[in-house]
Amino acid sequence: MVGVDVTSILVDFIRRIETRLSIDVREALKKAYRENKDKALDVVYHAMLSNISIAEEKGLPLCQDTGTLMFFIKAGIRSPHIALLKNKIVEAVKIATKTIPLRPNAVNPLTNNNSGNNIGRYVPWIHWDELIDNDVVEIGLYVAGGGSSFPGRAQVFKPLTGWENMVNLVFKVVAEYGVNACPPLVIGIGIGPTMEVAAVLSKKALFRRIGEKHDDERIARLEETLLEKLNKLEIGPQGLRGRNGILDVHIEYGYRHPATFAVGVSISCWALRRGVLVLYPSNEYKFLDYW
Amino acid sequence: MEYNLRSPIRLEDIRKLRVGDIVYLSGIVVTARDQAHKRIVEDDMEPPISLENLAVFHAGPVVKIEDNRCHIVSIGPTTSMRMEPYEADFIRKTRVKMIIGKGFMGDKTAQACRKYNSVVAMFPGGCGALGSSAVKRVLEVYWIELGIPEALWVLEVENLGPMLVTIDTTGQNMFDDHKSRLKNIDKIISETFNSMYKILYSVK
Repeated sequence: MVGVDVTSILVDFIRRIETRLSIDVREALKKAYRENKDKALDVVYHAMLSNISIAEEKGLPLCQDTGTLMFFIKAGIRSPHIALLKNKIVEAVKIATKTIPLRPNAVNPLTNNNSGNNIGRYVPWIHWDELIDNDVVEIGLYVAGGGSSFPGRAQVFKPLTGWENMVNLVFKVVAEYGVNACPPLVIGIGIGPTMEVAAVLSKKALFRRIGEKHDDERIARLEETLLEKLNKLEIGPQGLRGRNGILDVHIEYGYRHPATFAVGVSISCWALRRGVLVLYPSNEYKFLDYW
Repeated sequence: MEYNLRSPIRLEDIRKLRVGDIVYLSGIVVTARDQAHKRIVEDDMEPPISLENLAVFHAGPVVKIEDNRCHIVSIGPTTSMRMEPYEADFIRKTRVKMIIGKGFMGDKTAQACRKYNSVVAMFPGGCGALGSSAVKRVLEVYWIELGIPEALWVLEVENLGPMLVTIDTTGQNMFDDHKSRLKNIDKIISETFNSMYKILYSVK
């Protein structure tokens, strides 16, 4: 597709993410519904799937918590869009808040004053990575709702017990807080040298397609193991017990420091609202459901 | 059992509900979340509308304001457990009959429900588009200075649901049943360790 201007492409992108669930998430929910054995839970799955249809047909936000908008940018350093991109994102968020509309979710922690337009200090959050020798910009958008952000954790462990502590932390977070984070959940885990690297990686992990495993075979098998074992907690949809309370587990790792093993855990609710806008130099663009 | 109730809710209607029942609600629903609970319970402010026999929704909607008219675009529940420290006093002060939210609520709320004939019901989280399709109109808004999510939105709804009763007027709480889930956690974690060791330390 070719857009008139980058700001309106960005507004369309935000609208798409807020009102339409990615295909992999839908399929995973339908599968969980098919595999559900408890008739009493059918009404909950049915409500979720109806909600997805109503939101898409009427162009309404899937969830009233339209989140904090988090942009993860892979910027081709030769792209003509880079210099003004931040300003255009801010402008697009303002317009989207009015026109979709979105719930104003940017609150000053000192005054409790809601800015009213989803703009504030460090909000929307914009994280930059660069693509060397490239003229394309890939913009990932993650909608961070309050209920699923609340259980987020990052902690630095000693290296000799790093993996065990990673497992302990994930179980603790899911068991204690998973019920209120709108399950079925998707779990992102980050591993790295410091707390904030692990935390960022755990969020990036949620951009991977549900069902796709890590390239490293050991990490892939660890993801499968965690998925199977976390589902033994039987959280079920909306915490009402049952299988398939966890749709997938994704791990992203970076190298650690000799003395540290940092772990971050990010949780997504079933309404995993994320996607990617690929922007070419000539205002041509396409949307992806996942990275 | 499945019920269609009207709000204001009659005592005999609320008392027949039991944990596990499904409810669809028509009539008046008022949103109230963190800041409204704080005002009414902690700051001892009088609610600007009598909530007696009404339903309170733990929700902060998406609202479109056009020509001074408000329209609910998306509405669904927020985590009710955040309101747990306030809810028993909130029920005592307001005599609200039904609390609609997400997840479960605790013992204190269950005791207040028993004492004052109230129930807690769960609306499926994340279903904001479904929720807004049950809203007929915005009747009034109070405390808008708290911002759109935290204001008291007085709504007329039709067949808002499905909602699952998690605390009934006998004080029975579905959450009690769910605590047992965590019984096995140590065993599951140790199984996970064993599988993980095989994956990480298997010689290739």
